[in-house]
Amino acid sequence: MMMNRRKFLQSTAAGAAAGLVSSSAFAAEEPINVAGIHDLSGGLDIYGKPMVDALTLAVEEANAAGGLLGRQIKLINYDPQSNMQLYTQFAQQAALKDKVAVVHGGITSASREVIRPVLDKFKTLYFYNTQYEGGVCDRDQFDTGVTPAQTVEKLVPYAMKKWGKKVYVIAADYNYGQITSQWVKKYVLENGGEVPSIDFFPLDVTNFGPTISKIQAAKPDFVWSALVGGAHISFYRQWAAAGMRKSIPMASTTFAVGNEHIVLSPEECDGMLVCYNYFQDLKNPVNETFVKSFHKRFGEDYPNITELAMGTYQGFRLWAEAVKKAGSVDRLKVIEALETGISIDAPSGKVTIDPPTHHCVLDVHIAEVADKKLKVLEDFAQQKPADTAAVCNLIKNPNDNQQYVIKI
Amino acid sequence: MDLVALLAIQVLYAVASLALISVGLAIIFGMMRVINLAHGEFLMLGGYAAIVATSHGVNLWIAMLVVAPIVVGLIGVVVERAIIRFLYGRMIDTMLATWGLSLFLVGLTTAIFGNTTVGISAPLGSFEIGTYRTSTYTLFVIAVAIVVLAAIFATLRWTRLGLIARGTMQNADMAAALGVNPPRVYAVTFGIGAALTGLAGAVLAPVSGVFPTIGVAYVAKSFITVIGGGAAILSGTVSASALFGAINQIATFVTTPVFGEVALLAAAIVLIRLLPQGITGRFFRRGL
Repeated sequence: MMMNRRKFLQSTAAGAAAGLVSSSAFAAEEPINVAGIHDLSGGLDIYGKPMVDALTLAVEEANAAGGLLGRQIKLINYDPQSNMQLYTQFAQQAALKDKVAVVHGGITSASREVIRPVLDKFKTLYFYNTQYEGGVCDRDQFDTGVTPAQTVEKLVPYAMKKWGKKVYVIAADYNYGQITSQWVKKYVLENGGEVPSIDFFPLDVTNFGPTISKIQAAKPDFVWSALVGGAHISFYRQWAAAGMRKSIPMASTTFAVGNEHIVLSPEECDGMLVCYNYFQDLKNPVNETFVKSFHKRFGEDYPNITELAMGTYQGFRLWAEAVKKAGSVDRLKVIEALETGISIDAPSGKVTIDPPTHHCVLDVHIAEVADKKLKVLEDFAQQKPADTAAVCNLIKNPNDNQQYVIKI
Repeated sequence: MDLVALLAIQVLYAVASLALISVGLAIIFGMMRVINLAHGEFLMLGGYAAIVATSHGVNLWIAMLVVAPIVVGLIGVVVERAIIRFLYGRMIDTMLATWGLSLFLVGLTTAIFGNTTVGISAPLGSFEIGTYRTSTYTLFVIAVAIVVLAAIFATLRWTRLGLIARGTMQNADMAAALGVNPPRVYAVTFGIGAALTGLAGAVLAPVSGVFPTIGVAYVAKSFITVIGGGAAILSGTVSASALFGAINQIATFVTTPVFGEVALLAAAIVLIRLLPQGITGRFFRRGL
């Protein structure tokens, strides 16, 4: 048979079409593809590893319970290696090649803003499960992590009451640190305090000597840290080595999220205050069962189930709940099901989707670092994402698609 | 006044740590014209050597000052024998080979130690200057840098080994004609350069922590220092470290860490524009 280019194209196109037809005929038995994009190497892996483990467990649990809509779930994990370019590439692969029903992933806010437009463009549902600076307003996306109005708003007055009114802020130099530090400033000012300075650090800075001198010169009552990643851990070391931990206390919106409290010695970080949605030692039956099955799956010696791991677990559970309610994995049907205000009983307590913002209503807790553990001091039930709610209403403006930034 | 004293210590510390991380590279580059892109990974290995030794019960000081340089020095000798010696005089090829080595070492340490930050708390506690406090370990790093630089000076200036090394560096063929065995000199020099790099990595480990990709944070600064310093190993390293360290630290203190880094890089560009041969291409030309 003579084979020219046109004939070749025709025959392959026909073959591909046949493949499509046959695959849709057997669709009922095919697994539902779900993608996870989390950094498993590079500077951000301290966050990514527990997130992937939690997502794996959530998928395995769902499959063991018979899957979703009678179909098994196939988890496809991508490791973008703390590299923003790879985020774009993997988001495209997930949307176009794997044709996933949902993407869970993104750790830094920078990575989220990289993949969000990609997934919007290819009409793929996106869950961002990390605690972050708030303000993202996009109907295609759900944010299951806590935002400053839920945590910073509680922790600032708590710490100011305990330590004093002058707060020195240090933060990672990208959108998370830039925006979160503005929220910290806002709440400090609202509580009658002052912020002498906000210092930003690129993610690879390891020498904090001059900054520590500067902080001493400013004589704050406490320091607020929104530092991120492996390199920034050296700040806490150098702070303690300079003998500062005992004289100036510290609160943080990021500490312990990457298990810094286990990497560092108790002398370097005891007494620091944090505020999150989840702590492994929360006392409730759902959490006790969860921790047991997590340890059974990943080993008793698993260092700590982090805030971000729980966010990812809860994000997947919320999505699965919506798929059940919608009776379909179709993007729009699942979004509509989520927008009915779906709610789950999660290990962190009740977690409910807030329809206008696509964020979550959930419990938060203030805890203190004590001997490599996080000791819960105070609970705040069912906090609303008031920061995003002030600017974003996706029920009224479903076509809104931007991240709002706070102005002070 | 107290703040000025504190700042002076910080500047000295920045100079000392720049000199420490660069001097091993300066020796390898200055002596053999080998651009060792795995330099950052040698620093990283020094940090790991110290931390692993400490966690196996070795005294911290011995781990940092003895174990780390020996381990990394031996690795350096193996690398020289296995890779570098085939590539002398082929600068692009050595860059490619050492870059590959750098990726390999990052991958290997990630496989062994995992990609998490490990570290040891800085010993020695802190001391007060008026109302300010700083870490005593800072002074220790400064002292180590002074001792290392003095030792290199003494070796190059007053020992037979130093004489042979300098001779080989100036003219390898002539040194060979006079009975010196250049390949052996190269192997030993590369080993010493690696050992000093390992020492620097170990000494800085309690300050910055160690993770497989930490080399990246150091390698650019060390190269800038070595290139800025120019051909003379010792006076080049010292003068470039003093210049860049002071600029970086003061700019960081006055503005922010971001501008501190920018100021360092800007200074380097201006310097290389004005003195393409580095500081010692114009000044201290007869220095070591």
